[in-house]
Amino acid sequence: MRFLVRRLGFLFVALWAALTVNFFIPRLMPGNPAESMMAKFHGHVNPAAIKALEVAFGINNHQSLMASYFQYINNTLHGNLGLSLSYFPIPVSTVIMRALPWSLGLVGVSTIFGFLIGTALGAIAAWRRGGILDNVLPPTFIVISAFPYFWIGLLCVWFFALTLGWFPILGGYTETATVTWSWGFVGDILWHSVLPAFTILLTSIGGWILTMRNNMITVVAEDYVKMARAKGLKPRRILWQYAGRNALLPNLTGFAMSLGFVISGAILVEYVFNYPGLGFTLLQAVQNEDYPLMQSLFLLITVAVLVAIFISDIATALLDPRTRASS
Amino acid sequence: MSGPILQLRDLSVEYATPSGPALAVSGVSFDLEQGEFLAIVGESGCGKSTLLFAVAHLLTYPGSLVGGSVVFDGIDLTSLTPEELRLHRWRDISVVMQSAMNALNPTLTIGAQLADACQAHTNWDNERIAERSAEVLSMVSIDPVHLKSYPFQLSGGMRQRAMIAMALLLEPKLVIMDEPTSALDVVAQRSLMRQVETLRRDLGFSVLFVTHDMSVVSHFSDRLAVMYGGEIVELGVTRTLFDNPQHPYSHGLMEAFPSLLGELRPLTGIAGNPPSLVNPPPGCLFAPRCPHVMDECREVRPELVTSEGHAVRCHLINRAAIQ
Amino acid sequence: MRLLYKLGDALRRSFDFLRRDKKAMAGAIILFILLVISAFPNWFTPDNPSAEIYSPGAGVSWAHPLGTTSFGQDVFSQLMAGTRQSVMIALIVGFISTILSVGIGITAAYSGGIVDDVLSMVTDVVLVIPTFPLIIVITAYLKSASFWLMVLVLVITGWSYGARQLRVQALSLRNRDYLLAAKARGESSWYVISVELIPPMTSLIVANFLGAALYAVLTAAGLQFVGLGNINTQSWGTMLYWAQNNEALSIGLPLWALAPGVAIAVLGSGLALLNYAFDEIANPALRPVSKRRLKKVGA
Repeated sequence: MRFLVRRLGFLFVALWAALTVNFFIPRLMPGNPAESMMAKFHGHVNPAAIKALEVAFGINNHQSLMASYFQYINNTLHGNLGLSLSYFPIPVSTVIMRALPWSLGLVGVSTIFGFLIGTALGAIAAWRRGGILDNVLPPTFIVISAFPYFWIGLLCVWFFALTLGWFPILGGYTETATVTWSWGFVGDILWHSVLPAFTILLTSIGGWILTMRNNMITVVAEDYVKMARAKGLKPRRILWQYAGRNALLPNLTGFAMSLGFVISGAILVEYVFNYPGLGFTLLQAVQNEDYPLMQSLFLLITVAVLVAIFISDIATALLDPRTRASS
Repeated sequence: MSGPILQLRDLSVEYATPSGPALAVSGVSFDLEQGEFLAIVGESGCGKSTLLFAVAHLLTYPGSLVGGSVVFDGIDLTSLTPEELRLHRWRDISVVMQSAMNALNPTLTIGAQLADACQAHTNWDNERIAERSAEVLSMVSIDPVHLKSYPFQLSGGMRQRAMIAMALLLEPKLVIMDEPTSALDVVAQRSLMRQVETLRRDLGFSVLFVTHDMSVVSHFSDRLAVMYGGEIVELGVTRTLFDNPQHPYSHGLMEAFPSLLGELRPLTGIAGNPPSLVNPPPGCLFAPRCPHVMDECREVRPELVTSEGHAVRCHLINRAAIQ
Repeated sequence: MRLLYKLGDALRRSFDFLRRDKKAMAGAIILFILLVISAFPNWFTPDNPSAEIYSPGAGVSWAHPLGTTSFGQDVFSQLMAGTRQSVMIALIVGFISTILSVGIGITAAYSGGIVDDVLSMVTDVVLVIPTFPLIIVITAYLKSASFWLMVLVLVITGWSYGARQLRVQALSLRNRDYLLAAKARGESSWYVISVELIPPMTSLIVANFLGAALYAVLTAAGLQFVGLGNINTQSWGTMLYWAQNNEALSIGLPLWALAPGVAIAVLGSGLALLNYAFDEIANPALRPVSKRRLKKVGA
């Protein structure tokens, strides 16, 4: 338990760092975009919008910088993120909440599948050293992992959507369809998610396969695996309970660390497919100079990553009794 | 079935290295009787651990068995399929490794690791498994409450004893031990050896024990084998070998151990280095370091010759024996 | 002097291994070719890459091996010209990033105590915060990022992974007896670090360099793709940007959109293959094993 509490503490520090960075970046940029925005909008937009911008940036000319800072943090923690400029007067939090499920679904599911399948493949490849999987997978995926995420997406669009016409080119769902919870609509959503999900899966799975394989190779050489063979246990039990379980632990840590990379790829994939998730919304906000929305999206993505890391920490604590006991 | 429980004939093991195959074990043959304690001693790298793993069929790449046979209780283990071999494991032959910390799965409890050996080879129900597990732990003076403990929660000595308990779970006929005392202090060493001895008397299993420290086994082993460069150079009753080592290498080893009670004298060692296993010399492997070397030694590899239950691999001795 | 000798020795052993490993050879050859192209792009570009003098939207032909863009530019020339930027970003970011990683990682491991705690905390926080969205936000405020700005941002976000890895490795080496022996001999800390600690970590450091370079190439391309780089320079990422903006895929000019991606993939593969090869040097257990040899192993 001490372990989890310590990790939670660390994650809060990271969150605080992200908040602080978010606060100070607009102020550090040349030309101080925050203030210039305020100046630009003054007089042209109604006071509620100005107030929203102030909230989003934590700007208040009547306060000291420190006070603004704490005000900003306070606002953010209460979910008061200001109003979106490009979707004015819809609050930022609403826009974000609309995009969140799409990203959770797409990125969440494909990442988890990628992790599970990749880890299993890596374990099996290492178990049968010198076999087909072991010789073919590493070089293949080394090369694939070097491809830019979005390019694979483009390739998929060109080949499967434009050329073969099997899947739609973009969007989360067909624009003209009626939005209800019918099987037809759900099917439509799934149909639209196949290509983006496949892209994310393909580019991220290489990492899981390679790290798991490397870990397994080290673990298989350990004495306790030899001991398990000496005991005459069934090979399958040795593979999963003795080797796999121990090899998985550093992989879980790696999962946490590589999430950042997976997210960056996912953002670009959403962009290529115009998939209405957090990443796509972020890039649109950039193009529309919707700073409040942009900043809050960065924050939310950060929170999502931190939560995912915490979940993998819980998994590590469950699997490894040593971390449970360490103080 | 009477007769030796284990018969090794011409066992050879090679390791693949970047410079070519290294012959780590070369033509080893001996018999082990039921209930006998045979210790194998030699310096690091002489092939004794490799021999042990070859007998237990636990070699992994880059090591491989390249010749000879291992007959256990009348069955040629080398001719069995992996699945058939698996069924013999632990019931007939069990293994105790050098470092219990490394040999126990860090993420499973002691109880779970005892249980899975039972589950793999018997159809005992959970109650019987728990009963037997508690029984073996008590045999080595470990409180059965530790069935729920993880390896890192036990002390070094306890872990080593737990390994021995695990080895005796299914009452095997042969227990193979690879330097189980090397990681312990002298007091714990003696305590462990006495425990092993008591258990052996009570349960009647045979022991193949490998160590680089002869003093550990001097009071416990029935016979002693000395290995050098992958070959057995001398094999005989322990006390006889200690009192009158015939091979120059065994002699050197004995001389290197100062006696606690004897007179003070300068320490002696054996000059030189172990032979290359990739390009071994054509004659006797010990020739470059032997104080009694003759011309014949450098050209002809001596055979292991047995007389009156004592085997020696040396031209000097064999020539004298023939005469 | 001793340092050079030890580094030279480590490098020589690495090269011996690399020569025998097919992956490494492939990676090295790819990188060499790209280096040549980026150094002398004029040898390879038949036309001025930005000259809009040809018929737009032309297909593949001898004059235009990859066709032309919607603006009438030769795609092949653009591809060759764009090599320089990507290669330079890879090398520069890789180099600076690695120096940072080595400095921070080794200092943390060697100093221990509170210095280690603070540095590790900073490293982990930077590692955990998703950097791509952060970079997007930063470059959005700046409207567009010049080359050096991109380098700066990439370095700031990319050093942490390497620092963590190197710290772990340095920690495991730090307690080894030969280091304690060096200290007992009275050698200064600088000596111990540079002569005894760094050379065994050479392969890991090189692997880190390659990893950082790969990260830089992919991230920079991503930024340029969404229009946050300098869209008026010649680079693969900006080619993709223009292609996407003109819907190259839909209007039948797939090569315009796909070719730069292939180029990035080729550079990335070269780096990744070499990276993996150096991983294998650092950890010999990972080296390829032939099935033939496994047959006789006991069950």
